[in-house]
Amino acid sequence: MADALAKSDFIGKEEHATAIKPFVLWRPTAKTGLMSWLTTVDHKRIGFLYGISALFFFLVGGVEALMIRLQLMVPNNNFLSAQQYNEMFTMHATTMIFLAIMPLSAAFFNFIMPLQIGARDVAFPRLNAFSFWVFLAGAIILNLGWFMHDGAPNGGWFGYTPLTTRTFSPNHAIDLWVMGLQLLGVASIAASLNFVITIINLRAPGMTMMRLPVFTWMTLVTAFLIVLAFPAITIALVELMMDRLFGTNFFEVSNGGMPILWTHLFWVFGHPEVYILILPAMGIISEILPTFSRKPLFGYPIVVFSGACIGFLGFGVWSHHMFTTGLGTVATAAFALTTMAIAVPTGVKIFNWIGTLWGGHLQMRTPMMFALGFIWLFMFGGFSGIMHAAAPADAQQHNSYFVVAHFHYVLIGGSLFGLLAGIHYWFPLMFGRKVSEFWGKLSFWIIFVGFNVTFFPMHFLGLNGMPRRTFTYDYNMGWNGGNYLATIGAFILGVGVMIYFVVMIYTYFKGEKVALDPWDARTLEWSLPNPVPEYNFRVIPTVHARDGWWYEKHHKEEVAQEQKEHAQAEEAHGGIHMPFQSIYPLFAGIGILIGAIGIAVIDADPGPNLVGKKLATCLVGFVVFLSSVYLWSLEGNEGYHLHIDADGHEIPDDHGASAKH
Amino acid sequence: MSSTAAAGTIDHHHDPSTSTGIPNKKLLMWLFLASDCMFFGCLISTHLIYRLHPPPGTPSAKSVFSIELTSFSTFILLMSSLMMALAVNAIQKGNLKSLRVSLLTTIFFGCIFLGCQVFEFNNFVFEKHLTITNSILGTTFFTLTGTHGTHVAVGVLWLILMYVRSFQPQDLDKRRGWFLVNLVHVLALVVAILLGMNLVLGTTRALEATGLSAATLAHFASGAILRILGLLVALAVLIRLGRPAGPVAFNEGNAMDVEMMGLYWHFVDIVWIVIFTAVYLLEYI
Repeated sequence: MADALAKSDFIGKEEHATAIKPFVLWRPTAKTGLMSWLTTVDHKRIGFLYGISALFFFLVGGVEALMIRLQLMVPNNNFLSAQQYNEMFTMHATTMIFLAIMPLSAAFFNFIMPLQIGARDVAFPRLNAFSFWVFLAGAIILNLGWFMHDGAPNGGWFGYTPLTTRTFSPNHAIDLWVMGLQLLGVASIAASLNFVITIINLRAPGMTMMRLPVFTWMTLVTAFLIVLAFPAITIALVELMMDRLFGTNFFEVSNGGMPILWTHLFWVFGHPEVYILILPAMGIISEILPTFSRKPLFGYPIVVFSGACIGFLGFGVWSHHMFTTGLGTVATAAFALTTMAIAVPTGVKIFNWIGTLWGGHLQMRTPMMFALGFIWLFMFGGFSGIMHAAAPADAQQHNSYFVVAHFHYVLIGGSLFGLLAGIHYWFPLMFGRKVSEFWGKLSFWIIFVGFNVTFFPMHFLGLNGMPRRTFTYDYNMGWNGGNYLATIGAFILGVGVMIYFVVMIYTYFKGEKVALDPWDARTLEWSLPNPVPEYNFRVIPTVHARDGWWYEKHHKEEVAQEQKEHAQAEEAHGGIHMPFQSIYPLFAGIGILIGAIGIAVIDADPGPNLVGKKLATCLVGFVVFLSSVYLWSLEGNEGYHLHIDADGHEIPDDHGASAKH
Repeated sequence: MSSTAAAGTIDHHHDPSTSTGIPNKKLLMWLFLASDCMFFGCLISTHLIYRLHPPPGTPSAKSVFSIELTSFSTFILLMSSLMMALAVNAIQKGNLKSLRVSLLTTIFFGCIFLGCQVFEFNNFVFEKHLTITNSILGTTFFTLTGTHGTHVAVGVLWLILMYVRSFQPQDLDKRRGWFLVNLVHVLALVVAILLGMNLVLGTTRALEATGLSAATLAHFASGAILRILGLLVALAVLIRLGRPAGPVAFNEGNAMDVEMMGLYWHFVDIVWIVIFTAVYLLEYI
């Protein structure tokens, strides 16, 4: 037990902290200011970095959406040119999926998950920082096009070949898209490896797999999906990049290439991706509903297994995006069946959530409102999803606004509502303040109404034949009313989101202060004071029940005694081990950014001379990356020890090897 | 962990500081390899799909491949896996000398494999006229085997860094120049490998062109005199730095670092078995 308590993979010796080292291996120690953020390895700070970037890009993607809606508001509109419109819908989708929803989920994975399992950090803190910097590099590359002559990527978010090959998209816009997504893939895979190891290996004593909070379970499933699904798009992007840069023939029809290969590889990634987007939100909902129903989650094992089941089935349904490509009857029937099968575990979850609400003492707080909105809207999106599963019906709905309505119901009504609920729910834990109920509920209702006014009419537009990605339409197509209404709705939605964020910023500075555990919640993260100390848990908790914090609240004496013993055992092992900060994850990210600029932005070198501008830029990036990784490994995973007394104050230790190093 | 290391016994199969007893690094590598499986799975599928639909005018793979050379390099790569396993075994017993010999042999075998691939690519492009752009076979073949070769090269680089790391002195206070020494050591090994491969391939080409004779060799050597001198200097540096001056920090406690690298190396070998079967042997059925 004592060994298990002194949890760390620390293999260095503490004296290393005072050794004289070459200047390149000095570890940064800033705890405040810019350097502290650039060199941080703390999962909570990295969570904030993800969160802030995600919210910024969410607003960017939102502005793009409003431009699209303005263009479609009236027939034969020329607010945007066709080219600008293509850029808008491509970047709106890419931004919302890869730069808003995924990183917002990653923010929660980072901040909440280690706290829920009673860990002091993720398994590989520097790798975690590296994931964030590479994510940022990818986001920069994707958006560089707005500031370039070639314009932003314009091939649609699934970048179908041959449209995206060099023949039809000769300029750098698609190169930016390819490299941007490639970097985001690297970042997501690296982060997910870290999350899986953390959940499997860093659980507090007593935290068995079947006691993990559901959000942590969904983090695990999502991380597995990312690790196994992203390679498919990585390879697809590598093949496209080889075609564009080196003239290979993967998608070059004249030389035997087959564009359908891209479609398959993309959706082998793309379908698990939609579960990557929705499962974290389902996890958040499964935390919020029990808290505000004053009941444990109904059918915990079933919720967990159906989540894992969704993840598993998610790999077997990709071709339902391709029913109209002529797969053949058997393949079409098989994929239609698996697609309908996936509705079963999803429905099971919905019923479990209803079971959780059933007979509970419901408290209608803002997070609960968003959670209930999630169930309702996600169910709607699920129903239209089932309609797509029937291949003959899908042949009618394919690439129409019906599909647009469907996936916005699951992505906004599902993922985004879940994440907005999560922000409200964990805001007191993160910042020690609570959003006022009036403004929270007001923003909920405006978002809810605006969302439905925008996207519900799109079902009818789709069934009336309006194709997606159409730049404009004639006045006599019968689409005028629906489009006008949808645009009005989009602006209501925009106002709601604005209120949500303005209130959030106001609350950060001036909101009502709250004490420990304001919602009387059930999971371990709520046992922590605000702000959460850098070391998270003064004493690593021992988990006795599924709702660990609930048990602690009702067995105070037993837990106090236990914690005292554990604190002594840990002190005997040298105190709380903390990892040193490091600058090299940032430098490695910068190296990757330079290399990606070399590949995607710089023009190809004319002639066969070896040291052209493009190659030179790539090489500089490669050298920066390689030397950062070299120094990263040389500096090692050393750390220092903290000694904290029962009141949470730091006791300086004899060697002076505390926070100073 | 330092506390267990001080007690003198290390259990290499159980790490008490983790929930499952599996060391974090090992689990990380296993999961990464699962991801890598999907990478190679997609590339191999691409090759196999396009193999079934060759456009007219595609050269037959059999007329391009040289199965003897590839079989040889496959054998060498498999033997490198044996040496890698011996290296892991050596460090688990704390035998540094044996570790270093095994690591160098693994590096050497890995380089033979890479050299064969360079030779093969050269041969395909310049003799058999199969390039990455001129046919779908060239496109999938070079991308797939090139990706695998990159994996081997990354593995060789990792082995080099691990070999050099095994010389890191224990007492850093008294050896402030170790960082520079470390860098020189890595560079010497990289330079020796690159020049060595270049010279061996150059000799082969010269022999192929004019046949085996003393005059050929002498002519080649006079043209490559600078490279030969560079190689000798690099080797001299390596021999000098290969003798640690004092106690080193690398010990049994680092067995997991070597084992993690070993997992990667074995995986890359296994992938090659699949590629060798699916890309080469399949053509001879």
